[in-house]
Amino acid sequence: MKFAIALFAPPHAPSSRRALRFAQAVLAGGHEIVRLFFYQDGVHSASSNVISPQDELDLTGEWRDFVRTQRLDGVVCIAAALRRGVLDTQEAQRYAAGSANLQAPWELSGLGQLHEATQQADRLVCFGGS
Amino acid sequence: MSKSLLIISRQPPWSGPTAREALDIALAGGAFDLPIGMLFLDDGVFQLSTAQQPATLQQKDLGANLQALPMFGVEALYTSTRSLQERGLERQKLNLAVELLDDAGLTALVARYDQVITL
Repeated sequence: MKFAIALFAPPHAPSSRRALRFAQAVLAGGHEIVRLFFYQDGVHSASSNVISPQDELDLTGEWRDFVRTQRLDGVVCIAAALRRGVLDTQEAQRYAAGSANLQAPWELSGLGQLHEATQQADRLVCFGGS
Repeated sequence: MSKSLLIISRQPPWSGPTAREALDIALAGGAFDLPIGMLFLDDGVFQLSTAQQPATLQQKDLGANLQALPMFGVEALYTSTRSLQERGLERQKLNLAVELLDDAGLTALVARYDQVITL
């Protein structure tokens, strides 16, 4: 089965960890992830500036490793990210911001990517909505 | 055939960007000619309230942006009779043409859509 996974909650929210574990279980079960789409406060999970204490779960690092090793399509909504200070190099330069905090494997793009993934997937599974 | 998507918007317009970001999903879907529905539920019905003064909070008027929904082809707009009643909002004073649904109607609505996003 093809899954699209949307994350709306920040990295410190329980639903962010659940989203990652669900995504891992999807692949472990032999299913496919069409795309991960981070929206609202979910964009913070793609920030390289989130530092976890050494004895705590490094969720943003785990997400990054997971997306990279599984070669997943990890899309971060550009409008939501800009609003929250999550910028790639191009956007940081465009807005003359101090520094970029979003790198590969993550990619900034628009909400059309969420709709496209929803169309391609058998199931859309959302984490952290209200 | 395109899969249908229902966006359930549950936050008032003044509590952060959630209401606006829910609307943005609907507008983006409409721009791609997808079958999108939008349901204003719980505190989300405050988005439909007229005579708001967002400028006092240095906010833009979300009500004005909601008017874009039909222009983007998103005409399946709903709200909950119960949510309106609980908050003392009158159906005649809403800023958008929405269909009012009772609880059974809400259940049927959600069942009718292929996908649902709740924000």
